[in-house]
Amino acid sequence: MSLTREGIAYLVACDLPEGSYVNLGIGIPTLVSGFVPRDREVFFHSENGILGMGPLAEPGHEDPDLINAGKQYVTLLPGASVFDHPTSFSMIRGGHINYAVLGALEVAANGDMANWRTPGEKVPGVGGAMDLAFGVQSVLVTMTHVTNKGKPKILNKCSLPLTAPRCVKRIYTDMAVVDVTLEGLILREFAPGLDPAAVQKHTEPPLRIAPDCREMDIPARFHAAQLTP
Amino acid sequence: MVNKTLATCREAVANVFDGATILLGGFGDPGLPGQMLEALREQGAKDLTMVHNGSGGGTHALGGLIHDGRVRKLIASFPNNPGGTSFQELYLKGQIELELVPQGTLAERIRAAGAGLGGFFTPTAAGTELAKGKETRVIDGREYVFEKPLHGDFAFVRAYRGDRLGNLSYRMAMRNFNVPMVTAAKFVAAEVDELVPVGDLDPEDVHTPGIFVDRVVEVVRHPKYLEITTEGR
Repeated sequence: MSLTREGIAYLVACDLPEGSYVNLGIGIPTLVSGFVPRDREVFFHSENGILGMGPLAEPGHEDPDLINAGKQYVTLLPGASVFDHPTSFSMIRGGHINYAVLGALEVAANGDMANWRTPGEKVPGVGGAMDLAFGVQSVLVTMTHVTNKGKPKILNKCSLPLTAPRCVKRIYTDMAVVDVTLEGLILREFAPGLDPAAVQKHTEPPLRIAPDCREMDIPARFHAAQLTP
Repeated sequence: MVNKTLATCREAVANVFDGATILLGGFGDPGLPGQMLEALREQGAKDLTMVHNGSGGGTHALGGLIHDGRVRKLIASFPNNPGGTSFQELYLKGQIELELVPQGTLAERIRAAGAGLGGFFTPTAAGTELAKGKETRVIDGREYVFEKPLHGDFAFVRAYRGDRLGNLSYRMAMRNFNVPMVTAAKFVAAEVDELVPVGDLDPEDVHTPGIFVDRVVEVVRHPKYLEITTEGR
């Protein structure tokens, strides 16, 4: 078994503590806001100048002046604030944002991350990725465990240009939750039906098994067919 | 009596010269002075250096200016935005120059210019290919990259309300790059949804004080600029 994209987002949402300030990247990270428990106050930041961002705007109720960093029309929650770019990036670079949830192409055993240049991409673009990776307190990566060709994305060393060195704290994939520590990678959780050996098979660097390593506690609706060949 | 208002965007862009550097406000549609850009297309200045987060969309506004071959260089953080086809086509043909800058560094370089600073050290990009060739310094055990201020000859922005003194007030996510950009250029023009009498803007709601602004034009939003934008982050 493995997890759906929503399942990966669900795991992250469950781990975000009350009162945390969080920036969500594009892709799987965007889904995280939908799974935060209703009784938990978590503040979502958008780098174009929003703190306290709510769900996407309903069709017909879009405000043309209110978009998120992915250029979608969004809403504000009570208690939200809006501000300019220097203020927004002071929140990021100044270490005030607690968590950045980012997609990644590759993560190395030492926490190096590559997510800004895809192979074969001819026109480069970095956006706020480097500011987030360098500045935010904890970088959480969400991604599929392997490429669509079945190759590991968690590597001894990144092959693509780095977004930031040694920045990743925790990796959430469709197969596992892995912590990046000074002692190397530590396997915390594995997807239902897998075991640590199955996760290791698809991970290039050696994984240490946490003493309390366990099968994920995740509702069946987030289970998917095994993506990994 | 001081009067910074103009009747048309055409007058606001009249002095743009060949080779000028233009700070272009907005992130997606909010804060983007779309009609001033259309006026600039008609005005004809070329060899421009445009400073903007993305590369615009399609063949209007910034995308149009690039499509017309009028932009020599783009300084941006996310020029590969979906819809930025005009830039992407020329870039792949080697017909437009790109300086790629992380988004927070771009905003801070503009802010530094407006604040009279000679630059700053940022941790962003240290040890990556975007720091190649740049001065670095280890401060309290952490590596930082030196970044220079980014000045404009012109800055064009959009705000929500403005008055004849150049005071501006923004709505929602319109402030973005506009707040620093108006401080960092020799000539600054803003298009606003509504021009109001002096005194109507509550001093507590003036986000850009008039000292930074040279010209204000009231512009009715064109429905074209109310469409869902295709520009990516």
